[in-house]
Amino acid sequence: MAISAQPLLKVESLHKRFGAAAVLAGVSLEVPRGRLVSVLGRSGAGKSVLLKCLAGVLSADEGVVTFDGHVLSEGDAAARADFRRRCSVLFQGNALFDSLTALENVALPLEQTTRLTEREIRARSLEALRQLELDAHSDHYPGELSGGMQKRLALARAIVTQPELVLFDEPTAGLDPLRRNAVFTMIAKYQRQFHFTALVVTHDVPEALVASDRVALLEGGTMCFQGTSAEFSASTDGVVSAFRDSEAALGTALSSIRRGEVVPSEDT
Amino acid sequence: MVRSVGRHTLTLVHTLGDFALFTIRAFHEAAGSRKLARRVVCSMFEQGVRCLPVIVIVGVFTGLVLGLQGYHVLNKFGSESLLGTLVSLSIVRELGPVLAALMLVGQAGSALAAELGMQRQTEQIAALETMGVSSHAYLVAPRLIAALIVYPLQTAVFCCIGMWGGSVSGTMLLGLESGVYWSAVERAVEAHDVRECMTKAVTFGLLTVALCAYQGFHAHRSSAGSGARAVSASTTRAVVMSSIVVLAADYVITSFLV
Amino acid sequence: MKQGKLELLVGGFVLLGLAAILYLTVKLGAGSFIGGDHYTLEARFDNASGLNAGCSVHVAGVPVGRVESIRVDPGDFSAIATMTVLSGLHLPTDSMASIKTSGLIGDKFISLSPGAETECLKPGDRITMTESSVDIESLIGKMAFGGVDKDKDSTKDSAKTSLP
Repeated sequence: MAISAQPLLKVESLHKRFGAAAVLAGVSLEVPRGRLVSVLGRSGAGKSVLLKCLAGVLSADEGVVTFDGHVLSEGDAAARADFRRRCSVLFQGNALFDSLTALENVALPLEQTTRLTEREIRARSLEALRQLELDAHSDHYPGELSGGMQKRLALARAIVTQPELVLFDEPTAGLDPLRRNAVFTMIAKYQRQFHFTALVVTHDVPEALVASDRVALLEGGTMCFQGTSAEFSASTDGVVSAFRDSEAALGTALSSIRRGEVVPSEDT
Repeated sequence: MVRSVGRHTLTLVHTLGDFALFTIRAFHEAAGSRKLARRVVCSMFEQGVRCLPVIVIVGVFTGLVLGLQGYHVLNKFGSESLLGTLVSLSIVRELGPVLAALMLVGQAGSALAAELGMQRQTEQIAALETMGVSSHAYLVAPRLIAALIVYPLQTAVFCCIGMWGGSVSGTMLLGLESGVYWSAVERAVEAHDVRECMTKAVTFGLLTVALCAYQGFHAHRSSAGSGARAVSASTTRAVVMSSIVVLAADYVITSFLV
Repeated sequence: MKQGKLELLVGGFVLLGLAAILYLTVKLGAGSFIGGDHYTLEARFDNASGLNAGCSVHVAGVPVGRVESIRVDPGDFSAIATMTVLSGLHLPTDSMASIKTSGLIGDKFISLSPGAETECLKPGDRITMTESSVDIESLIGKMAFGGVDKDKDSTKDSAKTSLP
């Protein structure tokens, strides 16, 4: 995989405030082309807010987002439209349209944003479904599919436009460990198959470390770590190790409780 | 005190402007939307076919009760022959457009506010935007266009059924000659009455459906927070405000047209 | 639901609605004069109070037309009513137009009483032999104050036959 020196997506000092609460206070991030990057962080650390700011669902208060060398700003509609065409988002709840069949869901972005003929749209949508092993369910409604199939259907809808960048918002939220593995396997597999760049926002550390090329840790509104998975595992930084070694911390806390010591409860 | 008046006025102006922009954007962006006709047909099914039974039932009973009440009042003056005039003018000028619009708000408007609210909560609207699809054109415009077609049709059906209901109570229950009733109806209703009726129907359709869509679409702005509460709050607001708007707009149109 | 069935139902609904609109506009809204040819006549009244555009025009109690508009003649301040009458009906030139009321408080209408001339009124002609509205209020007023017997001229004034 050829990787150019310039990152596909570059975020510089992004700020986002909700009333008095500053959720993002100067977030910077680089996503190299063709890589799978995970943004880790505690629940409520602002991971989803970051992703929504990047996707354009929320608008950031300050900061510069550069996509493929072009700065995305509020006023530049052409750059935004170009970004939308080349970027897809997979939402936490899949955001599938329940009144449309699987095939219609996948065809929707092509139908509404391209000038392809009906036949081309149908062919490409069926191809996307086939690649995600959903071709047997093309006439089913999302409600009739299992959770994993819905996730794959959402991914099919995301990749049908052949995006260069796919943003994943908590793809494993609320899944058991086996399904978490399956989802990360799916992301890694198709990321290599379709050569897209992936940015995954998650709080599942072990899975993310194994699957990702690079990880970043969002804490207190800023990125307190960026590097490869190996660097993350080896880091001695206090915040990183606390997050990484949460199981060990749990063990320590539990043994303290068993000994009858008072354990300060952290905010969640 | 003065400050709060000022603040509320500003909020009101801001909301009205936002609402107008929302409606205009839906029509403006609908121009380039593919397969719009198909979505309009689906919306027409929701607002038209699905709501027809309630329109028919309410229409019949409105006519029946008007016939009954009107007959007893007119009987005192010995002018039962004017029953057709009373029933037809009441229904065509006022009750038809207003009651049909209220029924449509109750059935189709609430459903559409809840559906859009739910789509907002499950990020379907955000998903459309990230795909580069205008959610105004995809979700709102078909409903508005359908309303412009469906409301006048439903109102006309309501009026015809209502006048028939009036004739049933007048002729079958109270023994008025059916010819007397219908000739009074034909003499009373003028072209400008029908025009007024249709003007009201189109206006109510546009206002109520745009309002319901606006409320559902912005369910996430609700002060009730997010989730099911926000959807229920926005649906309630959509129905209540639409009903008020129907009656207020009725007064305004009547005072301008008559 | 299948798209085809959906379209069928929507189509049925639209046809039903259109039929209802058609009924309202054609059968009721335009009265019974649509289609039938008609011509216009004018009539000059001293007083046309209570008469509106849309009031019906009768001959021998049968509706044959309607009042289209009413205006004031700036020359002599009389009321000019324009009405349409079925074209099959040829009225003699000495026909008389009077404003009548159906019942005590009912609608006003114009009643045309055909004359005896052999020549007929042409479209756009003006009927000058007319009988104005009876002002019921002043009639009642005069009855209450005993003015009817004493001053017959003034009663006549409010409902007099104006001749050319």
